[in-house]
Amino acid sequence: MFAFIVKRVSQGLVVMLAVAFLAFLMFRFLGDPIDSMVLEDATTQQREELRVKMGLDDPFPVQFGRFVVNAVQGEFGISYRNRRPVKNLIAERLPATLELVFFAALFSFALGIPLGVYTALNRYGVVSQMLQFVSLIGISMPTFVTGILLILTFSVNLNWLPSFGRGDVVDIGWWSTGLLTTSGIKSLVLPSLMLGLFQITLIMRLVRSEMLEVLRTDYIKFARARGLSNRAVNFGHALKNTMVPLITIAGLQIGGLIAFAIITETVFQWPGMGFLFIQAVSFIDVPVMSAYLFLVAFMFVVINSTVDLLYFRVDPRLRVDSGRAGSHTI
Amino acid sequence: MKRTLIGASVGLAVAMGAAASVDAKTFKFAYSGDVTSMDPYSITESFSISFLNNIYEGLTRYDENLATQPALATSWEYVKPNVIRYTLRKGVKFHDGADLTADDVVTSIRRAIHPDSPSKGELPTVTGVEKVDDFNVDIIMTGPTPLLNNFLTNIHIFDEGWLKKHNSLATVSVDKGEENYATSHTNGTGPFKLESRRTDAKTVLVVNPQWWDTPKHNLTRIEFTPIASDATRVAALLSGELDMIFPAPLQDAKRIMAAPGIQVLQGPSLRTIFLGFNFKDELNDTDLKSGNPFQDARVRLALAKSINLTLIKAKIMRGTSRLAGLLVAPEVPGFDPNANDPIEYDPAGAKKLLADAGYPNGFRFAMNCPNDRYVNDEEICQAIAAMTAKVGLDAKLTTETKGLHFAKARKNGTDVYMLGWATLPMLDTFSVLATLLHTPMDKFGTWNPGGFSNARIDTITEQVATMVDESKRRNLMQEAMRIAKKEVAMVPLHQQPLSWAARDNIDLVQSPDNKLRLWYINKN
Repeated sequence: MFAFIVKRVSQGLVVMLAVAFLAFLMFRFLGDPIDSMVLEDATTQQREELRVKMGLDDPFPVQFGRFVVNAVQGEFGISYRNRRPVKNLIAERLPATLELVFFAALFSFALGIPLGVYTALNRYGVVSQMLQFVSLIGISMPTFVTGILLILTFSVNLNWLPSFGRGDVVDIGWWSTGLLTTSGIKSLVLPSLMLGLFQITLIMRLVRSEMLEVLRTDYIKFARARGLSNRAVNFGHALKNTMVPLITIAGLQIGGLIAFAIITETVFQWPGMGFLFIQAVSFIDVPVMSAYLFLVAFMFVVINSTVDLLYFRVDPRLRVDSGRAGSHTI
Repeated sequence: MKRTLIGASVGLAVAMGAAASVDAKTFKFAYSGDVTSMDPYSITESFSISFLNNIYEGLTRYDENLATQPALATSWEYVKPNVIRYTLRKGVKFHDGADLTADDVVTSIRRAIHPDSPSKGELPTVTGVEKVDDFNVDIIMTGPTPLLNNFLTNIHIFDEGWLKKHNSLATVSVDKGEENYATSHTNGTGPFKLESRRTDAKTVLVVNPQWWDTPKHNLTRIEFTPIASDATRVAALLSGELDMIFPAPLQDAKRIMAAPGIQVLQGPSLRTIFLGFNFKDELNDTDLKSGNPFQDARVRLALAKSINLTLIKAKIMRGTSRLAGLLVAPEVPGFDPNANDPIEYDPAGAKKLLADAGYPNGFRFAMNCPNDRYVNDEEICQAIAAMTAKVGLDAKLTTETKGLHFAKARKNGTDVYMLGWATLPMLDTFSVLATLLHTPMDKFGTWNPGGFSNARIDTITEQVATMVDESKRRNLMQEAMRIAKKEVAMVPLHQQPLSWAARDNIDLVQSPDNKLRLWYINKN
């Protein structure tokens, strides 16, 4: 078990180093950050002076090395656009994205799992067929179209929900939450809907196919033969066994949610990390971009390692097998 | 008895509520970007500076018709050929109660021209500033500077004591460690003060009752939200959550106008959009064996004649742009109203010019445009490329994000490039002459990557830089503009439109410099 953790951590480090390297390499092709930092009619000499001062004329390995050394200490430099330390910016924006992702995930699970179970249990029903058809539409429509449609319906026409922003947020320490105010909660609804819509289809279909497969197994047949109620069979045994692959997918998807949050955050003017990243790209704000990619890589590594460990924990078969294998290596 | 009491208290509550809503006028607006910092010297972007102009003020300011007028300074005069003495307004207070004195002005200007300050280019000829007495300062320059008042509109005055107390005497330059206190806190003399700020979320201003000027506005509170997505911004206005948005996307103008209770303000801005040329000896991407046809004025004129500006205005700009014949807008000093006819659309004439110049079959060249900087920039360039192809000028068009486009154009990496120029904050033709048309050398021609060179324009530029006689200056600048037009130094297309949208109960003035002056706004 310990060997497993060590292996995962070292693999994670390699992944992050590779991401940092590729990202840094790409930034050289985004344009000249100096242009955004000087007046339109600044002289060439002024630009060169600024370039030297910021270390932007150093060779690539030097710049990269400097970045890695600083990043490991949590120092990402100062944002070219906002002129504030990047780590402050990220700390400010992280709660917004995490709250959004949490509720989008919650929403997609809360709807996806019951729908999946329903369509598995009534696989030939008319409602099931319709649900599957509608979900196909949901998955193929671009997310920003659904977002704008939601805004049009609920903000412009019905005036029920706000069309942008987080509403009033309350600061608790360095975390800012929108859950303690009505406007904050109202602002969470549409963006979570937009972000989670894509996942619902995925989860629904996954749960459906897993359950159908599980329902065919022998132990389910024996359970029914024993006379257990439908509820005990379907939810106590079948659903529990579909959870294992669901956790794996969920882990991957949370990473995807954090990435797709960029589009949701841009449509709803949600002040999260994805939006920060998009602005950094058009301003060529290299410190913010590198910090963002570094952090996202870190989150992916952590989430996927956690999922693997959870898998280990949840599925007893894996523990037994590796226990036997482990005892051999000693 | 109980009923009367209840009725009375309800009546009182309603009256108080009504009174409160009559007194409190909150103006909510959105722009497509955020104010990047609360420290005006650390930014070079014009929206942020214009927003901060509601909190901070300079020695001079522009009014809604873009004329300079006294602000924190009441008068000025040349005491030596290179020194102007400014007399400060008495009785001005900062938001924290401190008085405005000469020390504040001296410290502020020194802070702005410090080598580390991103704004030092805003005062190019200023070398120093001295206090004369509590209400007079001398600004020392390299020579007579006729446009100093224009430059000073962008230099906002801080309180020296406040800067000292918060360790912000130097602007934060991007490579240093800490944040500057002034980046997120303010203390100005302006009509509004900062109440709260969340980056990319909401910035709130409240009225400054101690403002020295008489308010022409009736607002008590301003809520500004950046909304980057065009569609969301329009939706927020239509749903009633906002009072005003800008820019309002051109393609949504009809939809917005059709909505009840909303007005759209459109007009031409100061920003003239034109095409620049590569004047060096070789083209960057061509099928010609050697040479650069754009060095011949006839070829440049042929390109200009092949563009159907009226069609572009009608179809792409939806009738909202103003065709241009010169490189500056009518509001800019140095504009010649008798020379502003745009070059006529004449494809047959263009072909003839090309044949005369020795290129009867035309040639291929590289063309570059941004796709996220000017109004409908990509569409305009695509139309132009199609039009020039009809006379044989085969443009290889690349449109890309502004960071990449301007980097490439500045290196002369293309043959024809699109550029827009508003001459702000200078608001004078000198900006075009010194930066775009003068032969590149020293501090001139910094945006002349193609290398256009005309001896007469160079002479005029250098003369006009230090000429204090305003009418002589304007005449010379008009002459330079006419020469530039005759030589087709660049091909002006149009002044791009401003598009603002607001609720009907808002009275506001749209200035051609696209700056929202909150102290003129009335909400009814």
